[in-house]
Amino acid sequence: MTDADLRTPSLRLPAGSGPWLRSRLRPSYRGLLIAFSSQLLAIPLFVVGVLSIAYMGLGIGIAAVPLVMSGVRAYAELQRRCAREWSGVDIPSPYRPQPEFARDLIGLWRRCRWLLTDPATWRDLLWLLLNAPVGLALGLLPAGLLVYALEGVLVAPWLGHVTWYGYGAIWPIDGLLDSVLVIVQGAILLPLGLAAGPWIIKGHALFTRWLLGPTRKAQLAVRVHRLTETRSDAVDASAAELRRIERDLHDGAQARLAALGMSLGMAEDLLKTDPEAAQQLLFEARKASGQALAELRDLVRGIHPPVLVERGLDGAVRALALSLPVPVDVTIELPGRPQAPVESAAYFAIAEALANVVKHSEAARALVQLHHAKGRLVMLVGDDGIGGADPGGGSGLRGIERRLGAFDGTIAVTSPPGGPTAVTMELPCELSSPKIWPSSETG
Amino acid sequence: MRVVIAEDLALLRDGLIRLLTAYEFEVVEAVDNGPSLLRALTTHKPDVAVVDVRLPPTFTDEGLQAALEARKRVPGLPVLVLSQHVEQLYARELLSDSRGGVGYLLKDRVMDVGQFVEAVRRVAGGGTALDPDVVSQLLARHAREEPLQALTPREREVLGLMAEGRSNAAIAGKLFITEKAISKHTNNIFGKLGLPPSEDDNRRVLAVIAYLNA
Repeated sequence: MTDADLRTPSLRLPAGSGPWLRSRLRPSYRGLLIAFSSQLLAIPLFVVGVLSIAYMGLGIGIAAVPLVMSGVRAYAELQRRCAREWSGVDIPSPYRPQPEFARDLIGLWRRCRWLLTDPATWRDLLWLLLNAPVGLALGLLPAGLLVYALEGVLVAPWLGHVTWYGYGAIWPIDGLLDSVLVIVQGAILLPLGLAAGPWIIKGHALFTRWLLGPTRKAQLAVRVHRLTETRSDAVDASAAELRRIERDLHDGAQARLAALGMSLGMAEDLLKTDPEAAQQLLFEARKASGQALAELRDLVRGIHPPVLVERGLDGAVRALALSLPVPVDVTIELPGRPQAPVESAAYFAIAEALANVVKHSEAARALVQLHHAKGRLVMLVGDDGIGGADPGGGSGLRGIERRLGAFDGTIAVTSPPGGPTAVTMELPCELSSPKIWPSSETG
Repeated sequence: MRVVIAEDLALLRDGLIRLLTAYEFEVVEAVDNGPSLLRALTTHKPDVAVVDVRLPPTFTDEGLQAALEARKRVPGLPVLVLSQHVEQLYARELLSDSRGGVGYLLKDRVMDVGQFVEAVRRVAGGGTALDPDVVSQLLARHAREEPLQALTPREREVLGLMAEGRSNAAIAGKLFITEKAISKHTNNIFGKLGLPPSEDDNRRVLAVIAYLNA
């Protein structure tokens, strides 16, 4: 299995951009789509939106506002997606997170309030209004430029002989020289128009971002919400972890050591009177201490694996890969070490992802790739198994999300039925001084 | 037999000294950190060294690194590495020069004094002592593959004990069967795995480990 097999459609670069002419003309029909939708969709949506809000007092608005606004948001979301896919202008969703609403009149009223108190709703409406002229103008421009340039080359020179007509800087066209100059103008305008198309579409995307993107305030609100969520997750998780450690120690090592002390005490008593029984007790004591050690070892591994302390993330991931029953190709390119908490989160995330591979994927091979780019530690865990991993369903994947969330990390899973599965995890972090140990070969 | 001990916890260090002295080893030096270990190993060139993986000053794998470095400078220097945890990665690094005279055991194994002393002697004699945990992981890794599936449960048991580094006689004693039966099993195993037969215990063990490590 090669790297490319694992790379999923979303990770792949855009496919080769078709015939030359079609890619040149793309901004024109995209512009036409923008222009038409700005008239045929945006204006009706604006009117219905304003009316539904105006009729709130009559009661009918309470039912209409959520319906109309979901339409407005869907259209706005479509524009955001177009801006991203056509021009690479990323416009994050600015809306406040949706709470749970009851399915009754009060729930409906709350839904309206939630919608109408969100500044993003009003900015959506403003955008619908402004986009009517702006979208129309910018949308028609790429195609318009081309049509005008072609006119200069093909139509205008001859039209000038028939009637009073002009083109570009020449009004009216009079004589052969003027006709030639008109053709030259059109010929110059044609490539300029073709080249300007993508920039005009991008201009519209930037206009869209100005109104449809989150304001600084909304960004902060989203950030606060996210921090509150991940902090509460982190606190819950660490409390649960401490509880588990306490229970493991209490029921495991502590109990075994108590039994061990008892066996030793009895052996001491019996040493003179019944040496054989004493020997049996000593044997049991040794066994109990071995079991206590094994349990403590497992516990320590779960808290912070010793190999992570000894070798850092690089060595720990390689050691982990070697201990699994599935062969794992490990590629690590880290010029330094992340901070210890990040390292630990990264290790456990990878360990969990690999555990999923072993448990569920039926894979013959797996791979782990680690590198650091743009201030982020990027981790890819892939396998050639049966796929069908559900990012929402598996508690393992949700656990990874929680673990990474505390560090503003993210996880993305692509796992079509039939495989392959690729889990991409990212953790924002800085790397410290160069690593101490040279990395060994893949395992 | 001259032995160097490296262990930073005084309690365990004294325990090891007492234990090995009781079994007629001569402890030429007992150190508690990585740099002193490397110096002790290269100056004394002991018959065997018993080394803790984690040592000061860095409290990382200082002991293991010193042992590997010493074996680079004194090829084949017998080293038995002890640790609170075992890693395939470390086992691989220790075995990578395929010279033998290497041991890698959990600290727990020291409790079974007879077996432990036997392991120290085996390593001193150029043999191998791999922890059963390492071996079972190695076997699990190959369990799905064709040649290992062709082995009978008994042969797999013998293969595991062989990978730990035990001689035919020791395996026979452990499984309560005759040495002759064991050598029949080992011949079958070598046949099924496609390894060249060898009468030499050490070379045979190294071949098995190399096979499983591949």
